[in-house]
Amino acid sequence: MSAIEKIFTSAPGRAVASKAGLKDPPQLRRGRTWPQGAIVLADLNGSTVGRETLVLLGRSFDSPIIDSEDGDAPGYGAKIGAIVVDATTLTTIADLEKMRAVLRPAVRALEGSGRVVILARPAAGDWEQRSVTRALDGINRTVAKELRKGATSTLLYVDHDATPSDLLSTMGFALQGRSAFVDGQTWQVSAADTNVNQLHDTPLDGRTIVVTGAARGIGAAIARSLAQAGAHILAIDIPPAGEALAEVANEIGGTALQLDITADDAGTKIADHIAFRGLKLYGIVHNAGITRDKMLVNTDKARWDSVLDVNLAAQMRINEVLLARRGDGGIEDGGRIIGVASTSGLAGNKGQTNYAASKAGVAGLVQAMAPDLADRAITVNAVAPGFIETEMTGKIPFVQREIFRRSNSLSQGGQPIDVAETIGYFLDPASQGVNGQVVRVCGQNLVGA
Amino acid sequence: MTHNAVIVGGNRIPFTKAGGRYADASNHDLLTAALDGLVARFGLSGQRLGEVAGGAVLKHPRDFNLTREAVLSSALSPDTPACDLQQACGTSLETTVYIANKIALGQIESGIACGVDSASDAPITVSDGLKKALLKASRARSVGERAKAFAAIRPRHLAPLAPGVAEPRTGLSMGEHQALTTEAWGVTREEQDEIAAASHHNLAAAWDDGFFDDLVTPYLGVARDTILRPDTSVEKLARLKPAFGGPEGTMTAGNSTALSDGAASVFLASESYARENKLPMLARVVDAEVAAVDHPGGADLLLGPVAAAGRLLERQGLTLDDFALIEIHEAFASTVAATLKAWNDEDFCRARGLSGPIGTFDHSKLNVAGSSLAAGHPFAATGARIVPTLAKLLHAKGPGSRGLISMCAAGGQGIVAIVEAV
Ligand SMILES: NC(=O)c1ccc[n+]([C@@H]2O[C@H](COP(=O)([O-])OP(=O)(O)OC[C@H]3O[C@@H](n4cnc5c(N)ncnc54)[C@H](O)[C@@H]3O)[C@@H](O)[C@H]2O)c1
Repeated sequence: MSAIEKIFTSAPGRAVASKAGLKDPPQLRRGRTWPQGAIVLADLNGSTVGRETLVLLGRSFDSPIIDSEDGDAPGYGAKIGAIVVDATTLTTIADLEKMRAVLRPAVRALEGSGRVVILARPAAGDWEQRSVTRALDGINRTVAKELRKGATSTLLYVDHDATPSDLLSTMGFALQGRSAFVDGQTWQVSAADTNVNQLHDTPLDGRTIVVTGAARGIGAAIARSLAQAGAHILAIDIPPAGEALAEVANEIGGTALQLDITADDAGTKIADHIAFRGLKLYGIVHNAGITRDKMLVNTDKARWDSVLDVNLAAQMRINEVLLARRGDGGIEDGGRIIGVASTSGLAGNKGQTNYAASKAGVAGLVQAMAPDLADRAITVNAVAPGFIETEMTGKIPFVQREIFRRSNSLSQGGQPIDVAETIGYFLDPASQGVNGQVVRVCGQNLVGA
Repeated sequence: MTHNAVIVGGNRIPFTKAGGRYADASNHDLLTAALDGLVARFGLSGQRLGEVAGGAVLKHPRDFNLTREAVLSSALSPDTPACDLQQACGTSLETTVYIANKIALGQIESGIACGVDSASDAPITVSDGLKKALLKASRARSVGERAKAFAAIRPRHLAPLAPGVAEPRTGLSMGEHQALTTEAWGVTREEQDEIAAASHHNLAAAWDDGFFDDLVTPYLGVARDTILRPDTSVEKLARLKPAFGGPEGTMTAGNSTALSDGAASVFLASESYARENKLPMLARVVDAEVAAVDHPGGADLLLGPVAAAGRLLERQGLTLDDFALIEIHEAFASTVAATLKAWNDEDFCRARGLSGPIGTFDHSKLNVAGSSLAAGHPFAATGARIVPTLAKLLHAKGPGSRGLISMCAAGGQGIVAIVEAV
């Protein structure tokens, strides 16, 4: 701890800081927990998918209070836990007023770590309709910024043909504490013949999943979290990280494979291991990543190459092998591929041209692969973490770190578990309708798309 | 009723020079680390294995149950039993044989053979005088009696006693013994330095190839053997001063093993267990033999394994030509050189009761991934370093490839084993 960090975290330091407007950040609700207060459903224009999904989730729900056109806004009388606004039949600019009318009282009454979940259709139809689709995104992002005490807002574009079964896992994720650090985000749920009618606590039971970079940080949290959801983990990291890797593997009853993912035969080694141990590979989480930060004017070829190879090229090579080795240690049909991008990649970040290239590349890769693998029912998605509290970010000088961690709508850094939970949601067999998506886990970082 | 005992794989921690990065770690810590790496590699966390057999040469009294305690600290199921076994430098080849035999007899289906030594954590004991005084004081019934017992303690009683490294019956250290053998067999300085240089070069090449990626797990931030000097050469080694055998001696710190810290383990299973659990089968343990020589009577202390090798080959009806690879533990480079000469010495072999010389072989088959001179030699860990290394090398050569391991041990003893790739 630096001297300034010590002062800041001391009791008198905290008192001064809070006077200066630096409040203690809210404690976020996490895990497979539901909002405490009532869930309110506003199904505008008689939409039904939201209602049916809540029923499938086994959640009861209340009717919304609608703001009157003039005068004082009526109140709920008590805190509410979440509002689900089903706007899937909203098509006109005039209709947007209905959003205001249901959100105004609800946002006021929303509890800490409460949820706003807006359901809409992907862009389609005439000019006005498409414009409205995008307008909802603007509402979502702004509401997310205005919400307080760890409450978040999410906009889900639900495909016309998507059923409540298809939406179940996503709606569950958005409402539960697992999405604690996902805020102001928008992603799509497609029709996928998902044949589920409830959420499972251990959806990954009996499934084998590879996690790269699992020795520490976010990767270790992913391995632990997926193991808790029932998965058998093949934990991979470079040989020098073997001690920590073994510890993680042993803690979760998994297996450790000391392997540099940039090795030419990395994919083959993984598939051989899976095949030999008589396992079937359900999914892989490409978490291993490095930074070699320098301003572009100081970035040489070595820094460029190593970052692009570890963060992007290696996973592409491994994916190719694992997809080719179908039934022989490769990814099974119905499987999952997860990339780990970064807000630095989506938004750009000074001093990280190489890293941003690699991480934006990951986002591009999953979007490119997703449609091509749809016929094998393999989904490909990515998370894009923002500022996550790890050993890596712990090395950033205190003042800078404090600024980074607070520059988002939740006024705090995310935890590795937050990234892991989003990945666990992608991996859930019930998330079959989620494909080619890049979901930021950044607390709605002020920078970025 | 006999089952094939196969070597599934192994794990060790990198070996270091005594007093180095593991200076503050105990035998218990090192052994637990070696076991945990093995558990992680094969996904054995929480599983009960048939038995774990391990040992250490330099052992604290508090470690009377070293292996069992390490199992309890490891990620293995606490229901896994363990025993301590010790045969000086042959310890973990002996534990390998012990576990393999139990598997062969059907008494267990799986087990771990291991060994550890820390020259940094060597047990320091108190003098007899101090011990007697302390015992007397603890038996004392009055303060006066106790004071009297303590009064008997003399300053000389307080000097700690380091563990003996000399042979109890000759008073000579192992190096001094080997110097006699070096002289008697006419082993030259060049021969020794060449063996040492090859050991370093072979080990370094294996590391660079990633050969140890699935045999070693880093510990306390050490990711590679620290004694290893990839850039050493016969010329560099030739510049070192003699360490044993007087001013004219040919044995140096460069061609003798360094005092080391480390631990190693071998995972063994019956063939059926390995198949059922979808575990790799690198090689099977074929047979083993131990032997001893009368070193107080003048025999070469470290040539004990020659008789073991001869008897084992005769029993199996094999010659050196039948082996794809041979591992001779490098206690000293000159031990290897003298062993090679002894194997080919008709009189010596007959005097050991063999029907003739064991013979010679192409030296490119010898210690191809390096040995103790380069890796280091934490006494009881060396056998469990060699076994998985050899098994992996043989496996790569294809089924049926045979390997021979020869290890010398204190007390004029030796242990030799045959493994065959499956
Ligand atoms: N921490 C953050 O705030 C943050 C933000 C955005 C994205 N990310 C991304 O999340 C991932 C994990 O980040 P972290 O903070 O846990 O980093 P970390 O450095 O703590 O962990 C990364 C792990 O990957 C391993 N690794 C590196 N190169 C490898 C290779 N060639 N083969 C196998 N393993 C290799 C490392 O040994 C390490 O254990 C990275 O992809 C990172 O870019 C992190």
